[in-house]
Amino acid sequence: MSPGDLLRLEDVSREFGGLKALSQVTLAVGRGEIIGLIGPNGAGKTTLVNVVTGVHRASAGRVMFEGEDITRLKPYQAARRGIGRTFQVVQPFPDLTVIENVAASALFAGSAPALAAAREQAMEHLAFVGLKPLAERHASALTLAMRKRLELAKGLAMNPKLLLLDEVNAGLNNAEIDQALALIRAVAARGVTILIIEHLMKVVLSVCTRIAVLHHGELISVGAPNEVVADPRVVQAYLGKRYAATAAAHG
Amino acid sequence: MLWLQVLTNGLMLGGLYACIAAGFSLVWGVLNVINILHGSMIVLGAYIAFFAYTLWGIHPFASIVIVGVLFFGIGYLIQASMINRMIAAPVLLTLTLTFGLDLMLNNAMLVAFTADFRQLVLDPPLGVMTLGPVVVPVDRLVAMALALALTGFLYLVLSRSRVGRAIVAVRMDRWAAALMGVDVRRIYAITFGLGTLMAGASGPLLAMIFPISPLTAPAYLGKAFVVCVLGGLGSVPAVIVGGIVLGIVESFAALWFGPEHAITVSFALLILFLIFRPTGLLGKKGFE
Amino acid sequence: MKRQALIGVVLFAVLAAMPLLGDAYTLRLGTTVLMYGVLAMSWNFIGGMAGYPSFATAAFFGLGAYVGAVTQKFGVPMPFAWALGGAFALAFAGLLGMALLRLRGHYFAIASLVVAEVLREIVNSATDLTGGGMGLNLPVPRLATVEAQAVFFFYAMLAVTAITFAALLATTWSKLGFGLRCIQQNEAAADMIGVNTTLYKTSAFMLSAVFVGVAGGVYASWVHYIEPPDVFDVLHSVKPIVMALLGGVGSVFGPLIGAGAYLFLEEVVWRHLLEAHTAVLGLLIVLLVLFLPRGLLSLATRAKGLAR
Repeated sequence: MSPGDLLRLEDVSREFGGLKALSQVTLAVGRGEIIGLIGPNGAGKTTLVNVVTGVHRASAGRVMFEGEDITRLKPYQAARRGIGRTFQVVQPFPDLTVIENVAASALFAGSAPALAAAREQAMEHLAFVGLKPLAERHASALTLAMRKRLELAKGLAMNPKLLLLDEVNAGLNNAEIDQALALIRAVAARGVTILIIEHLMKVVLSVCTRIAVLHHGELISVGAPNEVVADPRVVQAYLGKRYAATAAAHG
Repeated sequence: MLWLQVLTNGLMLGGLYACIAAGFSLVWGVLNVINILHGSMIVLGAYIAFFAYTLWGIHPFASIVIVGVLFFGIGYLIQASMINRMIAAPVLLTLTLTFGLDLMLNNAMLVAFTADFRQLVLDPPLGVMTLGPVVVPVDRLVAMALALALTGFLYLVLSRSRVGRAIVAVRMDRWAAALMGVDVRRIYAITFGLGTLMAGASGPLLAMIFPISPLTAPAYLGKAFVVCVLGGLGSVPAVIVGGIVLGIVESFAALWFGPEHAITVSFALLILFLIFRPTGLLGKKGFE
Repeated sequence: MKRQALIGVVLFAVLAAMPLLGDAYTLRLGTTVLMYGVLAMSWNFIGGMAGYPSFATAAFFGLGAYVGAVTQKFGVPMPFAWALGGAFALAFAGLLGMALLRLRGHYFAIASLVVAEVLREIVNSATDLTGGGMGLNLPVPRLATVEAQAVFFFYAMLAVTAITFAALLATTWSKLGFGLRCIQQNEAAADMIGVNTTLYKTSAFMLSAVFVGVAGGVYASWVHYIEPPDVFDVLHSVKPIVMALLGGVGSVFGPLIGAGAYLFLEEVVWRHLLEAHTAVLGLLIVLLVLFLPRGLLSLATRAKGLAR
């Protein structure tokens, strides 16, 4: 951990009833990183993103963003501080057009001073993700892959310093995933720090600078991709004890 | 021992209230539809019982069954004919729809029966019983017993019959239920039918105790609301708890603040619950 | 927006000329249409734009009426009394919003409906101040003739309607309006992209109250005598919703068109079918919801689409 960290989770826990969704998670994300967050289903990945963005409040611990304690902020406040987010199950505004969807982000969280400026910015973001031809379509008329890109454009329009991507690739085929990866790299190149929740190892290994692994709400491993993947605790979490033992035996 | 008498009154009233609200709660919980018609249906059931008794000597107890069957059919038809609307429409539209239907029914009753209050007087009257320090009018006691029986019947239907389990499944997850082969539209229609059955069947019970007029319909609707919010949506026990709580609150409020303020007290309670505990005392998702 | 503003100016100019052409009866009807226009347009803020089905309109109307009436009894001149009616409604909506706007759907609808009932009871009981169930008489304005009074109140209501229209127009095209549309379509997403949903919803709710409060005050002065069941009538909550539905929920002109169309129909029905007139209203509502949920304006857009 260093003072220059963009995001810091300090001993963060979150409970729902008796269930500990997050258990004393301590994690630092430096500027410019692309950090992958992986773990089996139910490990608490989305909960972590929810805690950072203010949807849920941490039961214990602190969340620090750019040196400021944001643990108690509401979602709209976190958005305005520069934390952007996409949803696993896409959440567009169904009766607005594609460009209006993106303009909304630019207007309320981003830097657009008024609606007209927001629309211009939205056009740029749409061009960036390749949705410009569909700008005037209703959001509800898009295919899944297009909707994922719309989610990304909305997230970008928020002018985020930190972008939290929650399974942007779920439901996409291989070609679409490759396109998405290119976009993610392009976003990072613009100076946006990215935290990406992913199931697909191909994505994680090719794009991430570091990986963090959650299991039952606990952070069990953090580090460079090839190290984490070989970590026996990680293998055990995903594949069970017997496989881990077998893998270890074979070297 | 005044408080004991008031408590007993409250309990008996509570049983009735639970019955009134049971059908309303079912429709709200499963279809997510607030059936504004509910109050007027109760009154219509009461009128049928009144005329059946005064014109043909049919005892209200028998009317319960007759009205029940009749109203199930009516409810089924209403839902089946307007089913497209209900399934995905926003709250505002379904609320307005049932409001419009209620205006039609209420006005029709006003024209047909006038606003004059009718009273079904049993001949011979059932009299009163004295249980220790408490005076219990027999008609109320019987009404409460029947009300609870009716509510119990609903509970059995929901928990034991195939149709009942299908209804519960639909409420929990409409899409999953459809995937399991449940005909969701038919279940919606049956549910609404059950709701109106309960409303109509409560009518004869109420007719034995309270005066009947189309003007009382909004009050019954209001009671159903309050019971649902107090007790919570999602199960018959919740309705019973809600009904009893309301009955007791109203009886004591009438004692302490005067009968004309009893309603206001229950509404104030409603608002408090809506603000602090909208799911009610026993509320849960789904309907069981 | 400019186009709509222009149409609005023309519309109100035409309306302003009405007293020259109409008789006392038409004037009375016109004043009623304008009043319901205010109610329907006001509902549009919270119900049409934000998507929260509010039944609180009657509460705001009654509150405005009684505040206006009571202050007039204490000698406050009419325009100030009316403004106070609006101010009280505004403040009340702000407070009420804190409690109610956390609720969704049916729960919000019921709670807002019950508020009017509770207010009615309170006003009924505060006999010393409000006259309770016996009603409240207002001082009659010292205007030359009955006709002059009719014209005066027509213009008063016209002013309120024009202001409400202007507010609706401005809001629709503003950041607030855009935010409300987002809230209506997906409140969680709106929150996530930086919309302060609590502030926006409360603003919409307060907007839905202030002009209604003023209209209530004007109404009280106009009819000289009010009582709780009259001004807190649930139909004052329901009719504006029906009118907005009839004209087109969420649009700028819809509620006003709906108010005109509805009251025109009501007049026709009333003349021929007095006894059954609530039933006919009910039938209208049912048909509206089943066959024309997007209102009359949607017919116009469909016609435009076909004409291309």
